[in-house]
Amino acid sequence: MKSILSVSSCGFVDDFLRIEMAVGQNVLRKEGFEKLTGAARYVDDIALEGMLFGKTIRSRIPRGRIKAITFDPDYDWSRVVIADYRDIPGENYVALIENDQPLLAETEIRHCEEPILLIAAESKHEAEFAARHIGIEYEESHPLLTIEEALNRDEIIYGSDNIFKSFLIARGDVDEGFKQADHIVTGEYRVPHQEQLYIETQGMIAIPGKDSLTVMGSMQCPYYVHKAIKQLFKLSDEQTIVIQTTTGGGFGGKEEYPSMIAAHAALLAHKAQRPVKMIYDRAEDIAATPKRHPGVIRHRTGVMSDGRLVASEIDIVFDGGAYATLSSVVLSRGAIHAQGPYRCDNVRITARAVATNTPPNGAFRGFGAPQVAFAYEMQMEKIAAELRLDPLDLRRANMLREGDITATGQRLNWSVGSEDVLNAAVERSGFVGKRRAISPNNNGSKRRGIGLSFFFHGAGFTGSGEAKMKAQAGVEITPEGRARVLSGSTEIGQGTRTIFCQIVADELGVNYDDVEIEEPDTSRVPDSGPTVASRTCMVVGRVVQLAARDAKEKLIRFVAERFGEADVKLIAGWFTARGKRLASFGETAREYANLHGDLRVYACYANPPGVEWDDDTYTGDAYPVFSYGAEVAEVEVDMDTYEVTALKITTAQDIGRAIHPTLAAGQIEGGTLQAVGYGLFEELVWERGRIVNNRLTNYIIPTSLDAPEMETIIVEKEYPHGPFGAKGVGELPMDGAAPAIASAVFNATGAFMTEIPITPERLLKALENMPAPQSVDNHDQQ
Amino acid sequence: MKITFQVNGVDREIDAPPMKRLLDVLREDLRLTGAKEGCGEGECGACSVIIDGEVINSCLAPICQMQGVKLLTVEGLSRDGRLDPLQQAFLECGAAQCGICTPGMLISARYLLDANPRPTRDEIKEAIAGNLCRCTGYVKIIDAIDRAASTIA
Amino acid sequence: MIYDPTAVTPSNLGEVYELLAERGRRAKIIAGGTDLMVALNAGSLDAKEFIDIWPLNELRGIDDEGATIRIGALTTYTQLIKSPLIQLSVPALVEASRTVGAIQIQNRGTIGGNIVNASPAGDSLPVLAAFDAEIEIGSIRGVRSMDFNRFYTGYRQTLMEPDEILLAVRLRKLKSNERSFFFKVGTRRAQAISKIVMAVKVGTTGAVIDSIGVALGSVAPTVIRARQTESLLTNSTLDATLIERARRTISQEIAPITDVRSTEHYRRTVTGNALAKVLRLLT
Repeated sequence: MKSILSVSSCGFVDDFLRIEMAVGQNVLRKEGFEKLTGAARYVDDIALEGMLFGKTIRSRIPRGRIKAITFDPDYDWSRVVIADYRDIPGENYVALIENDQPLLAETEIRHCEEPILLIAAESKHEAEFAARHIGIEYEESHPLLTIEEALNRDEIIYGSDNIFKSFLIARGDVDEGFKQADHIVTGEYRVPHQEQLYIETQGMIAIPGKDSLTVMGSMQCPYYVHKAIKQLFKLSDEQTIVIQTTTGGGFGGKEEYPSMIAAHAALLAHKAQRPVKMIYDRAEDIAATPKRHPGVIRHRTGVMSDGRLVASEIDIVFDGGAYATLSSVVLSRGAIHAQGPYRCDNVRITARAVATNTPPNGAFRGFGAPQVAFAYEMQMEKIAAELRLDPLDLRRANMLREGDITATGQRLNWSVGSEDVLNAAVERSGFVGKRRAISPNNNGSKRRGIGLSFFFHGAGFTGSGEAKMKAQAGVEITPEGRARVLSGSTEIGQGTRTIFCQIVADELGVNYDDVEIEEPDTSRVPDSGPTVASRTCMVVGRVVQLAARDAKEKLIRFVAERFGEADVKLIAGWFTARGKRLASFGETAREYANLHGDLRVYACYANPPGVEWDDDTYTGDAYPVFSYGAEVAEVEVDMDTYEVTALKITTAQDIGRAIHPTLAAGQIEGGTLQAVGYGLFEELVWERGRIVNNRLTNYIIPTSLDAPEMETIIVEKEYPHGPFGAKGVGELPMDGAAPAIASAVFNATGAFMTEIPITPERLLKALENMPAPQSVDNHDQQ
Repeated sequence: MKITFQVNGVDREIDAPPMKRLLDVLREDLRLTGAKEGCGEGECGACSVIIDGEVINSCLAPICQMQGVKLLTVEGLSRDGRLDPLQQAFLECGAAQCGICTPGMLISARYLLDANPRPTRDEIKEAIAGNLCRCTGYVKIIDAIDRAASTIA
Repeated sequence: MIYDPTAVTPSNLGEVYELLAERGRRAKIIAGGTDLMVALNAGSLDAKEFIDIWPLNELRGIDDEGATIRIGALTTYTQLIKSPLIQLSVPALVEASRTVGAIQIQNRGTIGGNIVNASPAGDSLPVLAAFDAEIEIGSIRGVRSMDFNRFYTGYRQTLMEPDEILLAVRLRKLKSNERSFFFKVGTRRAQAISKIVMAVKVGTTGAVIDSIGVALGSVAPTVIRARQTESLLTNSTLDATLIERARRTISQEIAPITDVRSTEHYRRTVTGNALAKVLRLLT
C-alpha cells in the first residue's frame, strides 16, 4: 500500500499519521463478498409474498397488422391477468429520445417479437400454458429487412424516407484534397449485429403500492426506467421508485431495454394489484432485445506517396431496426469516430441510420465506435498494402498528437496518450521482429500472422450531452462517522461502488473502510445520468469528488471554528492543525449532526473550461477528452479447417489514471474478449426478420479455450479534469481486437477481410476468391 | 415425489414433481439461489453443482435422480462466514466482476482442485470450459484458480 | 390442465422391459438428461411420462471380451475418457468423448443416449460407425444385436421398437496393424456442436491400405460411411496422388447442407481436407 507521511505546515513530520491512499490501489471491492458466497441477490433470486409471474406475447411477423386476437374458451381465463395497450394509464410509448416506440402494439406491427399482450399467472408454467391458448391473426405486409432494402425505398416504413437520422461532418475541402493526392484508396466494410449476452437475462419485479409503484431489477440506468414509468403510469417523481438489484452484466444491453420490461411488469402489477416478476429465458432475451447496430461503411481516402492522409470521404449507414430508440446517438458517436485517431485536413463524413422491420437495435459497449473502428483500421491496412508502406509507419505518420485537430475541429489539448500506447503495445509484443519473421512463403498447414490496430474512444456523452445532463451526485457524512456516496450510477461488474468510495476516501482524507455507498434507489440517490458512455468514472466520479471536496471544506470550517484554528487539515481520518490532532472524523461527524443536522452535499457536472460544441454544425469539442488504445494480435490460421485461433493479444490503453488497477485491467480484458467474439465468432442468423440462432448452443461466444492470452498495459496520461486524472475505460477495449485480428489474418494468409466475423466459412470463401498464388504483392512485406 | 438428499453436509427432504429440475429445487424449494439459470440448456455452466463428487449442470438434472446424493453448492464452500481459499483467491485477483458466473466457476474450480491440486494453466482452462463468462475474458479467473492451487498446496 | 410430467424409476432391467411393453409408445427413457432436458426446458418435448434408468448399474460397465469391448449404454463420456481399456483399444472414442460439450456434460452424457438420440452430429457415432460396432437391444421379447451401420433409417429415425431399450455397444479392439483417428470441427473449442465430424479406422501393411472405415457426421441426415472413398482406398498404395483423389471423392460423395452453423461448401471442402490430413499421417 502506498503511504504518504503527513507534513504539518511547520515542517514537522507526524509519523503516526500514515495515509493509505486508496486511489491506485487494488482495495477489496465493496460489493465483492456476496458475489463469492452465493449471497448476492439478483432479481430472479428474489421471491415476494403473493408474487405473480409475467410473460409477454409477441408478434410472429415482421410487418403488418393484427386482425384478431382470440382467447380459447377451453382455458379458464379467470386464472390469469391479461393486459394490453388499453390498460396503460398514460400514453403508449416508452420514453427515450423520439418516443416513437409503443409499450405494447395496438394494431400495427413493425418487427418480429414486438410485444402485444402481457399475461400474469401464479407460476411461470401457468403463464406459458395460458399463452398457448391465445391466437393472433395477422395481415402481413412486405417487410424491409436489410439496409439495402431500406435505402431502395420499395416501402416506406418510417418518416418519408426510412431514415431515422443523418449527420454530416465536414472539414476542409475534400475535392481539393483528392486532387492533390498521389493515390486514392477505396474500401467497403460490413459489420454485423452483435448480442450483448450478459449471463444474467433481463428481469424485473414490479410492486404496486397505494399511491406508488416500485420497480426493481437488472438495469444500468434507474433514472431512464423512472422517466419511462412516470409517464406510462401518470405518477410523480416521488411516487415512482426504481431500484437496481445486483446486475449480472449489462454492456449496454441493459441501458434502454429495462424500461420496456419494467413497464410490462408494472402494467401487470398495476392491473393485478399484486407484485409481478418477469424474467426472460435466454431464447426470448436474444430474440427480442436490442443488438449492436449493423452497418456498411465506405471509405475513400486520398493519400500521398509518403503515407500522409490528405482527403477522407466516409459514408456510414447503420440499421436502426423498427423504432428510433437510440439510433441517433449511436450514429453520432460512429460518425465522430469514423476518421479514427488520424489527422486529415479534408474530411467529409456522411452518416445515416435507417429503419428496417427488425427489432430495434440499441446500446452495446462501444456504441457505434467498434463498427467504424473496424472500417478505419482495415482501410489503413489497405492503404499500407496498396502503397507498399509499413502499417506501423503509416500509423505513426498520421496519428493524432497533442495539439492536433480532429474531424470535428476539436483541438486535442490534454491527455493524448496516442504515441505512448502505440509504442508500448509494439514494444511489449515484439511486433516488428515477429512481423519480419513471418515468412513470405508462409504456406504450411498452420500459418501464423501478427497484426496491429490503433483506436480511440471519446469519454462521456457526445457534444453537449454532459452539459445538458448536469449529472448530480452527493456525499453524505453520517452521524456514525462514515461518508456515504449518493449516486444514481450503477455497479454492473465494473466496480462503480468501489471506485467511488476510493475517490471519496482520498478526497476527504479518510480511510476507504469508512466510506460506503447508498443503494441505487431513485428515492435515495440523485440522477447522475445513465451508466453508459464510459462516463461513470470520468464524469460522475468527478462530480462525486467535487461533492466530497465540498463536504470536506464544510467540515474543516466547522472544526476550525470549534477549535479556533486557522489552517485545519483532514488527514487519514483526523482533523489536524499545526501538527497536532484536534478531533477524529467520527467525532466531528457526530458533533456536526447534533448541531446542524445531516450533512449532505451535492455537486453537479460542468464541462472543463473551453469545451464547446455546436449541435447545428456538428463541430467543436465532441468529447472533453479521448482515451487511446493500440492492440497487437497474434493468430494462427489452420489451412485445413480455416479456423482462426487468436493466440495472444497485447494491448496498451491510455485511460488517464487507473483508480483500481485490477478493475481497470478487468475492463480491458473483458472488453477485448467481447471484441474477439465480434471479430471471430458472433453472428446472428436471420430468417425473414427473425433470429434463428437465439440459443447459447448456436450463438457462439468465446469459452476459456477460445480466449487468447492477454497482456494488458495501462498507460496513464492524466486528464486534468478527471478524478485523480482518470478518463474513460469501459468501451475503449471494444474497439481494437476485431481489426487487429483481421490485420493478423491478412498477414498470415493474404486474405483481406472486409466483413466480420471472420468465420472459417467466410475465410474459405475469401481465400478462394483471392487472385492466383500467394505473391508478395498481396502482403505488405518490405 | 419425496426426495431425501444431503446438501452442503445437511440432510434435506423435499417433495417435488419428479421431473422438476434440480436447479429449480435448489432455488425454489431450498432457497439456495447461488446456482443460476443462464441458458437452460447446459451451455453456460452458471447452474453447476457437484453431485457425489462430479460437477454437473443442475438445469439438466431431474430431481427424481437425486435420491440419496451428496450435493455441494456454492453456499457450501465458505464456513462460518469465512471465505475458503478459492473464494479468497477470486476476491484478491478480481476474478468476479458482475458475479453471475462466479458460483458456477467456483464449483468447477473446486471440482478441478479436488482431483488435480496442481493444475497447469491449460488444465485450468479445460476445467472451466463449460462455464461462460462475459465480463472478465477469463484472465483473472484463471489467475485466481492458479493462486488458490498454490495456496492450498 | 397443466401437467407435471411423471417419472418412474424401475429397479432392474426386467421392470424396464415391463414398463416399456406397457407404455413404451408414450413414455420416454431418461438417462443423463443432457439431450432430453434441453428439449423439455425449451418446451419442444411433448412427453408426459418418463422412465428413469439412471440408477440401473446393469447398463454400466466397460467389459474386456478379448477381441472386443462391450460398453454398457449408461457409460458416460467421462468414464470412457478415463478407461485405460478404451484409451488403448479404441482411442478415437476417447478423443470423441473429450470434444463433447464440456466436463459438466461429459459427467452425465452417455454413449447410449448419444446413439438413441440419433442426431447426425452425435460425436461418438462416427467412431462406432467406422469400427463397425454392434449394438445390443433388449425388450421383454428378448435381446437382439444389430449392426450399428444399419441402425439409422433417416433423420433422427432408428430401428428401435417402442418397447425396446439399448443395452450396450460392442466394438472390435484395434489390431496391431490398425490405427484410429478422430477429427471434429466445431463452432468453437468447447461446448460445440460439430460442423463436420469424422472417424477413421485403418489397417495398413507398409504403404498399402488393407482396410479402411471412414465415417462422417453432420454431412448427411444420419451418420454415414463414405463407401465410395473407402472403396477407392482399400488395397491401394498410399501416395500423394491417391490422397488427392480421396479428397475429391469424399467431397463429392457427401451431401451436406447449409444450416445455422455452417455452409455446404465449407463442409465439403473441409471434409476433404480432413481426410487428406489423416491420410498424410499414415505416410
